Amino acid sequence: MTSADYDPACLPDLLPLYYRRLFPFSQYYRWLNYGGVQKNYFQHREFSFTLKDDIYVRYQSFSTQGELEKEMQKMNPYKIDIGAVYSHRPNQHNTVKSGTFQALEKELVFDIDMTDYDDVRSCCSAADICHKCWTLMTIAIHILDRALREDFGFHHLLWVYSGRRGVHCWVCDEAARKLSVAARSAVAEYLSLVKGGDETVRKVVLSDPIHPFIGESLAVVKRYFPQYALHSQDVLGNKVSVDKVLALSEKNPEKRWSRLETHAFNKQKGNVKKGQYFEKEIMLQYCYPRLDVNVSKGVNHLLKSPFSVHPKTGRISVPIDLKQLDKFDPFDVPTISLICEELDRPRVGEEDEQVDSKEKGSDMDTMERRRIRDYKRTSLAKYVKILDQFLDGVAQSHKGELLKRSGELKTRMGSALVE
Amino acid sequence: MLILLVIIIIGTGGPGRYRWPWPVPVGLAGTGGPGRYRWAQYGQSLCPNNLQKKSHISSSSSSPTRATSYLAWTRGSTDDGYTETASIAAVPARRDEAKRRPASSFFFSSFFFVFFFKQKKKGERKENPLRSDRSVTRTMQFGSRQRKLIANPQTELYRHCLQFYAQPPLENISLTEFETFAVERLKLLKTVENLGVSYVKSSDQYTNKLDSEFSNLHFPYKTEVDDKKPHIGPSEYEKRRKDHISHFILRLAYCQTEDLRRWFIQQEVDLFRYRFNCLNSKSKTQFLHHNNLHYDTVSLEEKKVLSEKLINSSYAGSACKVEEQDFYKVPFQDALDLVRTRKVYLKAGYVYIPHQDIVIIVLNDFRTRLSKALALTARSLPTVLSDERLQPLLSHLSHAYVGQDYSIQKSVGKISLEQIDLLAGKSFPLCMRQLHQSLRETHHLRHGGRMQYGLFLKGIGLTLEQALQFWRSEFTKGKVDMDKFDKAYAYSIRHMFGKEGKRTDYTPYSCMKVILSNPPSQGDHHGCPFRHSDAELLKQKLQSYKVSPSGIAQILDLVKGMHYQLACQKYFELTHNIEDSGFSLNHPNQYFLESQKLLGGGREVKREVDPPQRGPDAAVKQPPNPQALAEMTEDLDAYFQDG
Repeated sequence: MTSADYDPACLPDLLPLYYRRLFPFSQYYRWLNYGGVQKNYFQHREFSFTLKDDIYVRYQSFSTQGELEKEMQKMNPYKIDIGAVYSHRPNQHNTVKSGTFQALEKELVFDIDMTDYDDVRSCCSAADICHKCWTLMTIAIHILDRALREDFGFHHLLWVYSGRRGVHCWVCDEAARKLSVAARSAVAEYLSLVKGGDETVRKVVLSDPIHPFIGESLAVVKRYFPQYALHSQDVLGNKVSVDKVLALSEKNPEKRWSRLETHAFNKQKGNVKKGQYFEKEIMLQYCYPRLDVNVSKGVNHLLKSPFSVHPKTGRISVPIDLKQLDKFDPFDVPTISLICEELDRPRVGEEDEQVDSKEKGSDMDTMERRRIRDYKRTSLAKYVKILDQFLDGVAQSHKGELLKRSGELKTRMGSALVE
Repeated sequence: MLILLVIIIIGTGGPGRYRWPWPVPVGLAGTGGPGRYRWAQYGQSLCPNNLQKKSHISSSSSSPTRATSYLAWTRGSTDDGYTETASIAAVPARRDEAKRRPASSFFFSSFFFVFFFKQKKKGERKENPLRSDRSVTRTMQFGSRQRKLIANPQTELYRHCLQFYAQPPLENISLTEFETFAVERLKLLKTVENLGVSYVKSSDQYTNKLDSEFSNLHFPYKTEVDDKKPHIGPSEYEKRRKDHISHFILRLAYCQTEDLRRWFIQQEVDLFRYRFNCLNSKSKTQFLHHNNLHYDTVSLEEKKVLSEKLINSSYAGSACKVEEQDFYKVPFQDALDLVRTRKVYLKAGYVYIPHQDIVIIVLNDFRTRLSKALALTARSLPTVLSDERLQPLLSHLSHAYVGQDYSIQKSVGKISLEQIDLLAGKSFPLCMRQLHQSLRETHHLRHGGRMQYGLFLKGIGLTLEQALQFWRSEFTKGKVDMDKFDKAYAYSIRHMFGKEGKRTDYTPYSCMKVILSNPPSQGDHHGCPFRHSDAELLKQKLQSYKVSPSGIAQILDLVKGMHYQLACQKYFELTHNIEDSGFSLNHPNQYFLESQKLLGGGREVKREVDPPQRGPDAAVKQPPNPQALAEMTEDLDAYFQDG
């Protein structure tokens, strides 16, 4: 049996080990505490656990990192979701008057799911993915990452592989966390180009003028389209898929011809008439990221947490390194069985220190140090490092924020003294 | 600044319609004899900072049964740093008011109290034109018939035909006026809502219809103040006053729940947009100036650099136009409508708005302020509602907006599951028919579809047990087994019926909701087929439902003009073989009921297929109204029946 083999039946045995020795609690806490800039930010955060047999426990909250660890090691959740920061501690939501318990803030999140591309990929369907269609996710990340940074001015974007068939994005800037529902949906709609359900054939309709955002996105799509659509997916290779492509251009054969004609005519003359964008529309319909808008809209919407295990595939939900985005391979992402096995491998050239059962519950620091040593021996290490780097970036902003505040305080005190 | 609305009621039982069943002071005053109110009690309970108010009230009324009811607003503030005195003056009621009343009650109505605070206050003067001129303390002149614009403390407030409603009205008004104003504004907002669904917001039809509604209801619009022209009907001042006061009354009625606030804000914002767009550019500038709205403009150099992008991201036109036009740079959060539709250039979190679209930023300001104000009003609402005369009025006003919500299940348990297939073909609107069909075909619906269809079924009378059985039997024919259904789907169905979670009894979606919110995406079948289908597919679908080619052409024309509800209504008429359906469609459940009514008196049809279950006595029963409410609400009902 190779190490990557994962059997869902083993999950109950592996999870305790994972939460006890591998889960990066300190980075996790460091992330969600956001430098302690806002009081009770971590304490008022909702966590929700999915336990064995799909038992769903909402409104969990913890006052310290230790409490979170203890609870997770006790419950051994199959899946962890992160929700909003509420006005009160979520675990006490029943004790406050109804209506006063409200979701206040959350990261702006995006969820891109491969199932939403089923009408334009021929290699797999539903929950399956392969290297061919993964290109769609790469395109999606390139497009959205650029737009969120350059257009919306966000800096701290954490991209995470969901563990099975999609990716999530956590926009962690303070401004993003404070966005209203209306603002979130406006951002999501700005970023959505492919519209319509099964009742719509032509899902991308461009009109003049082409917005700079669409222009930028098209540039990304163009980079990938020939290799991805024409070779991997072979959209012009067989009759069925050719028909699908043609259906997008024009229904009526006469009109279709005349459109081709004008297009050819314009090509010859070297001027493209306004409103003739159907090749662009086709490219976008096949490659443009398809967002689950509802996930992004709601402040209180839950999203699977990074470093949660996907119960079906056993893969850990890991952050994606944008610098090596094109090399990211979802099938390389370690499964829980792999990293647990790596943990059990005898260490080379290092003193073997067994975790003594007596030591359990002893000093936090030793536990922490041991855990760090533990995950560093597994293939989880490089992903924790990505999170670390991300958090360093976030911390820089906090520093600025805190400095600004103390600066304001000083000037205020100073002026008071002068007076 | 906190604006508080205080409503004082003086006397009882207005002339005419309202005969209040209780004697004056009970429930209001407690300790002050008949017609005497402990004003301070109100004042203090409403002012969190416990402002010292020297306030006295005396009343001339001796016979409570004949006095007239008055309401008065006063303004308080939580800001520290100003002193205030209260002055009281007894002044006669406005003559036009008196005219409306029977002579016998004139004496009692001729005194009311004007109550002003003189304020000295730091800061915030900008926002408050009333405060900045020192004319805050003023009493109306005895017998001042001439209500010239200049002669009134509120002149400053009414100097422009459009306002931000920053100041609450300070004068006293009668209950009659209170009600009339409220109802008329509500009618206006209803019109705004209906037109917004049927027409494009900038189209001629939209403008024309709204125009005529404005003049019918005597609300101010477009016209500049022109005292020289002889007026027909109410003067511009009165219109503006009505606009002002009615807005504040509806704030009271619509601040109570999230839903009400959302609806009210939406309609007020649409109304404001329309009115702002009607202004000429001079009065727009004036308006901005009056309200101290200043926005950052983009420098010429920056414009040159971004020129191409600015051109491509708006409809601003050519390069030279970009250079001569002002562009405003605001955080993207302040122009969400432009961001959403990608009608603006966005860079590093800022949007670059051409001058012609400035209405968007102004609207955003308006929306934010209104939303904040409503939240504040909601906080002081309990005191207002403790008055038993206002409470039913306000609550009825707020219920009037949706019309029927089809959640009252008159017909619970009257439909059997076997009937659904038949009914889907005969009486379901296209959206539900489509959902039903895809459910039967794929044995699955995604969340959006389950909600839209599930609540519709609940609305036509499926019980919880029936609903569970219905969904389970269909889903288990597909990929879902019993166990998974009970775990993953049964909860949400019970939730729909208010049996889980926060136990809200959800109401079926209206056409508005279906058309405007949560559009379908890949794999979804919900939404409005007229709105969310390709014309070609819609055509095929209609053909397969045996709609005549000429009918299809008519429907497609309506769809092209974005009249989705009218298209649906046309579909109703065509499938029911009638010329004119005689109702205005705004709810899928309404479609169903109307269809059932038409197909042989509704209940009869049902009885045909489902004979023994119910007798006709289980038919429509009006929910029992409290007696006191009944009389008053009758009028209001009449207003909104056709709405």
